[in-house]
Amino acid sequence: MDGLGPSVASALSPASPEAARLAALFWWMAGGAILIWIGVVALTIYCGRVGSDVHDPFAERRNQLLIVGGGVVFPTLVLAVLLGYGLTMLPPLVARAPDARLQIAVTGEQWWWRVQYQRPGRAPIELANEIRLPVGERVQFHLASDNVIHSFWVPSLAGKVDMIPGRTTFLAVQPTATGVFQGVCAEYCGTSHALMRFRVQVMERDGFERWLEHQATPALAARNPLTQRGEALFLASGCSACHAVNGTRARSTIGPDLTHVGGRLSLAAGILPNDANALTQWISRAGSIKPDAHMPSFGMLPADDVRSIAAYLEALQ
Amino acid sequence: MNHLDAARSDVHPMEQAAPAEMRQAQEDRLLRTWRSPSGWRYWSDVNNTSVGVWYTAATFGFLLFGGVLALLMRIQLAAPGNDFLSADQYNQVFTVHGSVMMFLFAIPVFEAIAVLLLPQMMGARDLPFPRLSAFGFWAFLIGGLFLSGSIFFNAAPAGGWFMYPPLTSNYQPGIGPDIWLLGFSFIEVAAIAAAVEMIVGTLKCRPPGMRINLVPLYAWYVLVAATMILFAFPPLIAGSLLLELERAFAWPFFDPTRGGDPLLWQHLFWLFGHPEVYIIFLPSVALIAMIVPTFVRAPIVGYSWVVLSAIGTGFLSFGLWVHHMFTTGLPAISLALFSAASEAVAIPTGVQIFCFLATLTAGRVIHSIPMLFTFGSLVIFVLGGLTGVMVAIAPFDFQAHDTFFVVGHFHYVLIGGALFPIFAACYYFFPLFEGKQLSARLGRIGFWLAFVGFNVAFLPMHLTGLRGMPRRVYTYAEGSGFDLLNLISTVGAFVLAAGIAVIFWDILRPKHRQPLSPRNPWNAGTLEWLQDMPGQPWGVRSIPEIDSRYPLWQQPHLMRDVDEGRFYLPDAEEGKRETIVTSPVDATAQYCLRLPGPSFIPMLAAVTTGGFFVLGTFHLWLASLMCLVLALGVIVYWLWTGTAVIPEKETKDVGLGLSLPLYVSGQTSVSWWAMFITLLADQTAFVSLLFGYFFFWTRHTDFPPSPDAGPGLLWPLLGAALVLMAWLLTSIARYWNKRDLGMWVHAALGVAALAAVGGIAALLAGPGLARLDPTSDAYGATVWVLLAWTSVHVALGVVMQAYCVARRWAGRMTARHDADFANVQLYWHFCALTAVLTVAVTAGFPLVARG
Repeated sequence: MDGLGPSVASALSPASPEAARLAALFWWMAGGAILIWIGVVALTIYCGRVGSDVHDPFAERRNQLLIVGGGVVFPTLVLAVLLGYGLTMLPPLVARAPDARLQIAVTGEQWWWRVQYQRPGRAPIELANEIRLPVGERVQFHLASDNVIHSFWVPSLAGKVDMIPGRTTFLAVQPTATGVFQGVCAEYCGTSHALMRFRVQVMERDGFERWLEHQATPALAARNPLTQRGEALFLASGCSACHAVNGTRARSTIGPDLTHVGGRLSLAAGILPNDANALTQWISRAGSIKPDAHMPSFGMLPADDVRSIAAYLEALQ
Repeated sequence: MNHLDAARSDVHPMEQAAPAEMRQAQEDRLLRTWRSPSGWRYWSDVNNTSVGVWYTAATFGFLLFGGVLALLMRIQLAAPGNDFLSADQYNQVFTVHGSVMMFLFAIPVFEAIAVLLLPQMMGARDLPFPRLSAFGFWAFLIGGLFLSGSIFFNAAPAGGWFMYPPLTSNYQPGIGPDIWLLGFSFIEVAAIAAAVEMIVGTLKCRPPGMRINLVPLYAWYVLVAATMILFAFPPLIAGSLLLELERAFAWPFFDPTRGGDPLLWQHLFWLFGHPEVYIIFLPSVALIAMIVPTFVRAPIVGYSWVVLSAIGTGFLSFGLWVHHMFTTGLPAISLALFSAASEAVAIPTGVQIFCFLATLTAGRVIHSIPMLFTFGSLVIFVLGGLTGVMVAIAPFDFQAHDTFFVVGHFHYVLIGGALFPIFAACYYFFPLFEGKQLSARLGRIGFWLAFVGFNVAFLPMHLTGLRGMPRRVYTYAEGSGFDLLNLISTVGAFVLAAGIAVIFWDILRPKHRQPLSPRNPWNAGTLEWLQDMPGQPWGVRSIPEIDSRYPLWQQPHLMRDVDEGRFYLPDAEEGKRETIVTSPVDATAQYCLRLPGPSFIPMLAAVTTGGFFVLGTFHLWLASLMCLVLALGVIVYWLWTGTAVIPEKETKDVGLGLSLPLYVSGQTSVSWWAMFITLLADQTAFVSLLFGYFFFWTRHTDFPPSPDAGPGLLWPLLGAALVLMAWLLTSIARYWNKRDLGMWVHAALGVAALAAVGGIAALLAGPGLARLDPTSDAYGATVWVLLAWTSVHVALGVVMQAYCVARRWAGRMTARHDADFANVQLYWHFCALTAVLTVAVTAGFPLVARG
């Protein structure tokens, strides 16, 4: 296990009406495809055995029937039905939900996800690599990238949508079951494309509201000597050149916002469990855990310092 | 063949064969003329039987290389969190695997097999441009080795075979992407050269009497696929040009911060990439279309259906490219339209399959290894086609796109639709080039290993993908739900590899002690089986007259008559390589084409053009430019000494009382057709650049900006006027040349060249004087690239005008012998069109667009 606890990643275990429709579409098509495949193979075997030695007066008629019936009429009918069924589900899938209460902007970075919960008239709440949603409510994602092309995909909730520099794309979903769902980047985006994951937790309404409210608050002040030392080192060692921790003077938006990093479901874009040990590992050798990551490895810091910073970050619940 | 007994022939070979000693003398002369050089000079050979074998062998080498890369990936993915390959190595490996399989195996193997077989199938001595085939082969080999070799230096491209910017434009600073862009552009040029050869070959080098409705299906498919190359590759070449300009000189075609758009690349790439799948698939179906009738002992059922379906597939395939972009946020109407269009291609594909099934019922199937692979191909391909029908439905593609489902899908299509037919063809056609048969036992073992291994490897991938595994990931987390599926795929991949190894061993194993195959061992009906075992360098002993689709079945005594030289060109009296050129539709003999013999020039031309691209990759601009100049020199030498040679006599008696001209110019000539076809490809690349201009227009309200921001009106109009003047004078010069008004010809061409040079200056002065900066935004870059494209073409036109002047002066071109002039005039027609379109768009469109 990756130590992250169970999550659902399969398009065949849908947790939204959108994904459920697509799973049903798959099963119908797969069943039809298998039947047709068996039919064609059986027909091939039959044709290979039937053979004719004599001039068959009906051969021409039969061939015509085979070619026109099998090659033209049959596929036309099947495809007409399939297009009718498949394409009618298209409009709701690509429909936007500008009126949805939750508008979440997700930006693809190399190789992590910047997540911003929009609030009308106020600065958005920024977090990284984690999305939580209230069950039963329709939400709309605004998807973008300012670097390379990524693709936003949570198989259990919806099909994927690309994040293309210079454009904004949209995805509206309505999760209908609580749980933790795996998300991945589906468009090849460079060296560590494989390590660009995230998790979506679908929660009950109340829990979600409490969580979101908490995300909007500044970071908790460091309370014990270890975390206080960690905070000082965090600000002194260059971490704040890229990261923001609300409530401190770390405000840079180059890297992920760490205001409540200790409370997240995973680290480093869904590849490490969120604990002090993993934080220590990540700080000291980010580049070998995630090749070509923009975060430098701070292996040159004394081990004590790294542990202090990790403790500080872990306490940022 | 009982029901073919009714076949009769209207063809009349010579009543009596020539006496034995005379036939021996003819054969000696033919052998002297057509023999391959020996020793190190062997590599100067240009005959299709040599070049075709090298070409095929090289593509199989690249297949093995790409296969080994696939195994490396499968080892890496066998277990979660594996560190057999690093992320960067894995990314290079999957990029090179995809690129090698597409550009160095699947497409070139079709061209290689066609070079090898097409002349034989059409009873021709060779293709119309043997040196062009040789050039294409050497270019392919150099480019292919350069590309594949880069992985051993850890410098291989790692942007995926689809090379999407901005990743490949701004985020991969190494030379990997340059290797891809320049290396493949070079190979694509070679592929277009081969396509020109195929098209002219099928249209003009058929035996007399082989009317368009008697053409072997293989040739039909080759004609369709080669025509598709003509229109599919240029968008990619244009795209590669733009991407390389962005990488090397910061012209921002794909950079959204400066008005570019990454999606432009996706459109250009898939305008190539989708037809490409059918360019791979159709020539492989073509092999099946030759194999099935042989083993049923009956002509194909539904010949016209098959031909029309192949053409229909070709047309449709150009209207589907957007289904590779379903997840880019397109409006529902586009998604629905391209879904429907993508599904439509299932119909012509179905028709072809059912024609083969109907053919099976027309006789008794004889079991053989080629038929075994054919059946295997059908079983695999049909499943790939059905999953294709699934992913063509846009909503389902939202889930399946860029996952292992798609990996499974297209391997079913390509391995079922292309690799298995190619293996079938190996077992079927092998006697033609070694005179020996492959082993049925090894074939059966190889087939079953490959068939079972393939399905074990690729069937689970459909589920792997739907369970959430995206493509192009070098690792995955334990417990993701696809650990076991990946392990199964890896095991299957090795079984498949074992099967392919057995087949390769069968092909390569020494066969000295094995007896020669009997002639026409499968009792086939088409002309390639006229060949003696082992084959003679001259191909067919005499070029037959044809009046049926399966001449060996339907024309009595054909083999005897051909062997005894009772048909055309049974001799090489002048010691020159010759074949007959016929008209495209009715195949009436038009002239006797003198073919060039062995020469190192094509190899040298490939080395120097290769140098231009390879050195350009390393940004060694000066050395690269020197190579380009050298390449031009070599090509001019090649043309000067080897083409449009004035024959020692006007006509030649080719046998059976038929006397044919030895020199023609204009539309009868194969060189005119080659020029015309090349220019169609060239014009397609140009239209792809124009597409870029209008794509930006649809994307940005300020594209083009106000009319005075661009090149203005004055200079472009002057440029167009001068180019049109050069074009007009070139045509007039040709007219005067026909009337043999020597000095007038020179004067007209001289003024035309001056006008053309002035035209270039005026065209470039527009944006130059307006200080339009190609690096500041996409508008400047697009205008510059259009004008530069036009200027380079006009400059090439000036070289051609100079060439005509020189040829005339040297007495190598006369009023009667003006093939070069006809081709240059044709070139200038297209050149004028390019200039007019460029000026209309860059100078005229801003006026219209901005009111």
